[in-house]
Amino acid sequence: MTVSLVLVIVMSALYACAVYLLLERSLTRVLLGFLLAGNATNLLIIIMVGEAGLAPIFDPAIAPEEYTDPLPQALVLTAIVITFAVSSFLLALIYRSWRLANADDVSDDADDVALRGGAVLIEAEETAPEASTTDFPHETEPQR
Amino acid sequence: MFVSLALFGLAALVLVHLTPWLKQRVFLVAALVPLGAFAHALAVGPAVLAGEALVERAAWIPQLQLTLDLRMDALGWLMTLIVTGVGALVMVYCAFYFGRDSEGIGRFASTLTAFAGAMYGLVLAEDVFLLFVFWELTSVFSYLLIGHYQGRKASRGAALQALITTTLGGLVMLVGLVLLAQQAGSASIEVILAATPEGPLTTAAIVLVLVGALSKSAILPFHFWLPGAMAAPTPVSAYLHAAAMVKAGIYLIARFAPAFAATPGWRELLVGLGLATMILGGWVALRQHDLKLLLAYGTVSQLGFLTVITGWGTRDAALAAAALLVAHALFKATLFLVVGIIDHGAGTRDLRKLSGLGRRAPSLAVIAGLALASMAGLPPLFGFVAKEAVLYALLVDARDGDALAAIATIGVVIGSALTAAYSIRFFWGAFARKSDATDASVLQRVGPGFLLAPAALAVAGLALGALAPLADAALAPVAAAVDGASDYHLELWHGFTLELALSIGALLAGVALFAAREPIARLHARVHSPMSATDLYWDSVGAVDRLAVRVTSLTQRGSLPFYLGVILVVFIAGTGATLLLGGSGPGEVRLWDTPAQLAIGLVMVIAAVAATRAQKRFTAVVVVGVTGFGMSALFAIMGAPDLAITQILVELVTLIAFVLVLRRLPAQLGDRHGSTRKALRAVIAVAVGATMGVIALVAAGARTEQPISLAWPQLAYEIGHGRNTVNVAIVDLRAWDTLGELAVVIAAATGVASLLFIRGRDDALPRAPRGQLRRRVEARLDRVREQGRPGELRNAWILAGPTLDPRNRSILLEVVVRLTFHAIIVVSLYLLFAGHNLPGGGFGGGLVAGLALVGRYLAGGRFELGAAAPIGAGTVLGTGMLLAVGTAAAPLLLGADALTSAFVETELPVLGHVEFVTSTIFDIGVYLIVVGLVLDVLRSLGAEVDRQGEAARSTTPVQPAAPATPGGRP
Repeated sequence: MTVSLVLVIVMSALYACAVYLLLERSLTRVLLGFLLAGNATNLLIIIMVGEAGLAPIFDPAIAPEEYTDPLPQALVLTAIVITFAVSSFLLALIYRSWRLANADDVSDDADDVALRGGAVLIEAEETAPEASTTDFPHETEPQR
Repeated sequence: MFVSLALFGLAALVLVHLTPWLKQRVFLVAALVPLGAFAHALAVGPAVLAGEALVERAAWIPQLQLTLDLRMDALGWLMTLIVTGVGALVMVYCAFYFGRDSEGIGRFASTLTAFAGAMYGLVLAEDVFLLFVFWELTSVFSYLLIGHYQGRKASRGAALQALITTTLGGLVMLVGLVLLAQQAGSASIEVILAATPEGPLTTAAIVLVLVGALSKSAILPFHFWLPGAMAAPTPVSAYLHAAAMVKAGIYLIARFAPAFAATPGWRELLVGLGLATMILGGWVALRQHDLKLLLAYGTVSQLGFLTVITGWGTRDAALAAAALLVAHALFKATLFLVVGIIDHGAGTRDLRKLSGLGRRAPSLAVIAGLALASMAGLPPLFGFVAKEAVLYALLVDARDGDALAAIATIGVVIGSALTAAYSIRFFWGAFARKSDATDASVLQRVGPGFLLAPAALAVAGLALGALAPLADAALAPVAAAVDGASDYHLELWHGFTLELALSIGALLAGVALFAAREPIARLHARVHSPMSATDLYWDSVGAVDRLAVRVTSLTQRGSLPFYLGVILVVFIAGTGATLLLGGSGPGEVRLWDTPAQLAIGLVMVIAAVAATRAQKRFTAVVVVGVTGFGMSALFAIMGAPDLAITQILVELVTLIAFVLVLRRLPAQLGDRHGSTRKALRAVIAVAVGATMGVIALVAAGARTEQPISLAWPQLAYEIGHGRNTVNVAIVDLRAWDTLGELAVVIAAATGVASLLFIRGRDDALPRAPRGQLRRRVEARLDRVREQGRPGELRNAWILAGPTLDPRNRSILLEVVVRLTFHAIIVVSLYLLFAGHNLPGGGFGGGLVAGLALVGRYLAGGRFELGAAAPIGAGTVLGTGMLLAVGTAAAPLLLGADALTSAFVETELPVLGHVEFVTSTIFDIGVYLIVVGLVLDVLRSLGAEVDRQGEAARSTTPVQPAAPATPGGRP
């Protein structure tokens, strides 16, 4: 199977730009990166049709090899709609984040940062049991 | 036996609910269950002892050869009697130990019963894995029982310590059991013992199993958990930590000894660790002031003793071990129960505070005295009989020149001397009148019920000693599992033998040790306790905690870009290495299909790069959209019209959705943080892109078979009755796939709605089509009456026009929407139904209908959207899914496979020849779900965002200043 070099290069470029944006902290840029990655992935799948041919509208006179492979098309078709659905969800997230926190960026987890900075000195939760010489401490030593 | 096991389980479930009525008397009910099992064991005793093992079989997971087989042979029978007999007595005792309103006694009763059941299963399990399950269950219940006083930190710590130690051993044991079962070819204990595999692997397996046994039975170096476990209520100590659970390890050794005692290292390991434990435990017991701790270290010592003799592996040793097992269970449980009574009455167990109890409670002193005499090895008690048997069994081999036997004999005598010494110390500490302590201890009168359990156990120890031949008859069958004949019998009087001399010597040494308690105490104070494994345990727990903090702070950076970067770098390194080393080269490459690809591709790449550099949100969205439109163009020239249509429609809707949200966000894209390390991000990005490119080339090269889809067009036409192969694939050939994807779409749409509508998805849109209609009619009447007034004319184009601010209205848009809306809906329906044979289908049609709704919303705002789509988005989505799932499920009712399609064609008067495939109904479902998705996006990101914006403006006249803060987020 031969593939079109131009499409492979375009796909690689889309992936590169997508990753660059995904590594951002701005949520909007992350979403843009997600969309680019979606397009790049669809392109990757469609590259797998090999040589492009005719639209797969059945005609008994045409040999099946002459159609563009319909299987990747079916995969991409649903992927396009799902990408839209998920990016809508991300949009809603961005809006919500902006409304609640006036923030459009992915901030670091505060607890993790505190831990990294050594601010949290975790004491051992378990310590050696202390001796007690009775099962009935409340009856003999009410102050405890 | 299954019945008993089921009763234990049932009782554990029921007892906790009976407690509110029965209070502490619930323990008397609980005692019935082990009592019943005890009676059953007694009844079958003669048959079992005659060699007819009682077997009950049930399959569990046949595919894994796991069974629930239970088998009661002589050893199992003996253990059952101990477990159920002591269990029943301890439960009776509990009814007096706990007060009416003691905290959590229902929970305690249930857990104790469950523990007894697990122990019962453990000693009867025929399958090593079933045994393991019960083994771990006892650990878990023990954890719950030790930690009964949840409010005390010491209880929780001790419970965790016991759990971790025994579970660690248990897991090691599991590995050993798996190895054994593999080598024997069966998990049945009977088969494993009969097969007796040999070799290095078996040795390793046996050592692993022994680690489990030693940890359970608190043998060095695992002994430390048992003294810690004294934080448990005293009945638990009497039952679990004297009679039952700690004997599980001894039981396992006894079970495997007949077959595996000859395994290299077995005897050395068990005798060495056993002797060390016995002597150290006894030595440390001498320094204890808490009576319970004294007993705990005494138990550790006795368990070491049991390990030595059980592991010895001769017939006489097995007999002695069985006798010692019984004797220890009787006297140690008694002593714990006595301590419980003292603690209950006097409020302390500290022997420095107790004084003169012997005179106040003579019956208690007698009971304790009997048990202590048995422990120290005084005739005529059973402990003496057992110890004589042990010494005999060891001396027989020592006389034959076995050095290890001689060492073991010496060690046992030393250990016995220590045992005698701490036995005396106990009696003195608990009951003697001490000059330096006042007789202040108020020991309340002890009722006969409270005394029943310890009295019964102590008398049993006396009776068995006196009736040693009877005990011999019951215990000899246990030893019969070991090859080798012997005429040794358990008897009180064997004549003047070396054993007797050693026993007397040990007793005298014990008395001397007690007499010298003052110097010994000074010695103890100077020598640090050698039992410092507990420090090791707490040190390692602390070390694990600190390591966890270090590792967490090293890996949990809290930064999502960092995590993603790590994932991508691993992807590049891993996939890249695989591609380089995989040996599969890239496939054949041609430059392009048509030169147009180059042109389109160039535009797309430029747009993508521009998207990374864009500073304004809107610019970025538009250039990303350009890549989408480029995709659409590529699809169009590559023979994928369905994709081209869908992509272009999705791009439009996405763009609009973006704009709907972006109008609430500042125009500039955030640049404050995250834009750092641009070079690093660029390197990762380029590397990922290059890797993906290589993947595409290699994947294409790897494809050598004919594509499966070559047959599709023909199949789609003949079976699916559609010419458009892609559409038939979606609604018929790969409809399962589509069904799953529809669920994803619904989940995302619902997610969007739930993020925007906080209280419910139907609360925002005006639902008054009648009112709207009336207004429209009035507007028309006005227009007729007052012709020539353009303001009124405007209102007529769309329903909700008057609700808009006149400055925001576009007459052109309203006219276009008014004229085209219905036409677009018709087009969408055409796409839906024509899609089976021509490009189109449910996805495309749904998006077109969605765009029509977008037009209505843009022209008339949220009220217009409410008028255009009076049905809730949830209803639309649900109806669509119902149709799709219905199409999938309906054939099942007719006996066909799910999603089978049917075909109908007929001649209709007006329409002529009509064909109908049931998969079209599925496509209608797809159509509705896509419409529902767009509607949800519009209602949420459009209408609801509008409403929230208006609400914010009306309640807070001054806009929040945050977006405009200089230096803040732009």
